[in-house]
Amino acid sequence: MTATDRSSAPAQDRRDHLMQSEALRGSHAVLDGLVVAKRNLLKIKRVPDVLVGTLVAPIMFIVLFRYVFGGSIGASLPPGIDYAQFLIPGIFAQTVVFGATTTGAGLADDMQKGIIDRFRSLPMSRMAVLVGRTTSDLLTNVIVTVIMTVTGLLVGWRITSSRVEALAAFALFLLFAYALSWIMAFVGLLIRSPEAFNQLSFLVIFPITFIADTFAPSDRFPTPLRIFAEWNPITSLVRAGRELFSDATIPVTSTAFPAQHPVSYTLLWVAIILVIFVPLSTRQFSRATSR
Amino acid sequence: MVDAVRARGVVKRYGAVEALSGVDLTVPTGTVLALLGPNGAGKTTMVKVLTTLITPDEGEVQVAGVDVRADPAEVRRRIGVSGQYAAVDEYLTGFENLDMVGRLYHLGAKRSRERARELLETFRLTDAADRPSKTYSGGMRRRLDLAGAIVASPPVLFLDEPTTGLDPRSRLDMWELLRGLVREGTTLLLTTQYLEEADLLADDIVVIDHGRAIAQGTADQLKSQVGGDRVEVEVAREDQVAAARAVLARTGHEVSDDGSRRLTVPVTGGTAQMVELLRALDDDGVALLDVGLRRPTLDDVFLTLTGASS
Repeated sequence: MTATDRSSAPAQDRRDHLMQSEALRGSHAVLDGLVVAKRNLLKIKRVPDVLVGTLVAPIMFIVLFRYVFGGSIGASLPPGIDYAQFLIPGIFAQTVVFGATTTGAGLADDMQKGIIDRFRSLPMSRMAVLVGRTTSDLLTNVIVTVIMTVTGLLVGWRITSSRVEALAAFALFLLFAYALSWIMAFVGLLIRSPEAFNQLSFLVIFPITFIADTFAPSDRFPTPLRIFAEWNPITSLVRAGRELFSDATIPVTSTAFPAQHPVSYTLLWVAIILVIFVPLSTRQFSRATSR
Repeated sequence: MVDAVRARGVVKRYGAVEALSGVDLTVPTGTVLALLGPNGAGKTTMVKVLTTLITPDEGEVQVAGVDVRADPAEVRRRIGVSGQYAAVDEYLTGFENLDMVGRLYHLGAKRSRERARELLETFRLTDAADRPSKTYSGGMRRRLDLAGAIVASPPVLFLDEPTTGLDPRSRLDMWELLRGLVREGTTLLLTTQYLEEADLLADDIVVIDHGRAIAQGTADQLKSQVGGDRVEVEVAREDQVAAARAVLARTGHEVSDDGSRRLTVPVTGGTAQMVELLRALDDDGVALLDVGLRRPTLDDVFLTLTGASS
């Protein structure tokens, strides 16, 4: 490169820069995000053990719950409701929620290894790393959902609703997990250590997914847990899933809003989470720097 | 010509701790500046301020003619950065790492691929191009990291301790690569703990300690700041060190030691004065193992300056 090249390049850059509309910057967030997403997916390809773990756990849960607890919990369900119909949406919810924690662990890992510093010194969109991370984790969750669906069908679960409703159910699970990814992103960037993040997220997520209608009907829980479960968005997600996957209704005793309108209540949570955590995580990313 | 880097009164605080307390520095375009200082002196913080990774609390910083606070995005388009540890993705291959960086600089798919191939060739990584960088040696990783920093041929390059942790052979390699970049017109700011590195690569050296720039100049200017020649003697017997020290102190200068039996004193009278001192030592019956007259090294500069400020 000659000296003249060098001195004229910045001037050209500046003109290009001025021509960049907000729309173009927005498209950079997506395009740069896809570059980062591809990088995350390549990592899964190179270290497939991680994905195998992610896939085997839900299969194990489905089989264990179906056959170990199925008899006793199933007996307490209203007549005519098979435990598989009750259980599978619950496992879907728990699994995609745990899938969302990958976002935080992945970002904490990138922080620790200094890759975030490299990304932050590049002229890429500030949102790209987060868009990329949440996108690749969404795709992982799609794969996991397919595996769970097949496993579910093998243990006797049936989709009895219309195709549109069933697709809406799958979309709702994935959308909820996607929103959660943005919370995980914020926490992961804050904690900076993948090990610490994983321990913390397990301690928080495990009870939240259990104190809900996930594996057993929550109306038999002790009162404080029952109230928690009633307003827990995991409960509404699971109930929405049961409603959308099946044309038989599982009667709900509660008259509270989440119980009556599980789909709307879940979507409300998705909206609130995204409105708060997309800007918050983006800001945290701009500040975050490895020590 | 515009200075490639111009920083005035940069202050950065972390809570009550002041990591940088008013640092000034200037790097004229096409030159090399070494930021020299002990661990924790504030070198990395300064590089992070200059590369928009952190925002200073006070001060003015312009890089490639652009204010880092007013338009950090524009600064990022004009710089290349390599941090203290190699920021390469260990699961991606060397090619994939560079291709990704090219795309994130918005070079386009075709140009990114070409540039990645080009750099792998220049940095002698072609054979390892399609292996995950996890399998690379430390020197290879460092080279890949440097390649990542220059994907977009930035006019200004920042390298934080580019040779820390490298074996001597890889260090020589790295120096050669850096010299090549500078020859082609890149402005380079690097931090280092190795005085030899600063001496070899830099046009200008800024010594930084406790968040302040305590000296600036060429290696020769800094050396002359700490005085002329030094006489260095190694005393044969431990019990004679004190006697030797007393003799050397007669020069009126401070005698320094390295904790063993090696004593150093600045002299102004060259070899004549050395002979005089040797005679005096001999008269007092001090036996010596080794003796020499030497020019001050950057080590002397560094120890004198950082010793005085702490």
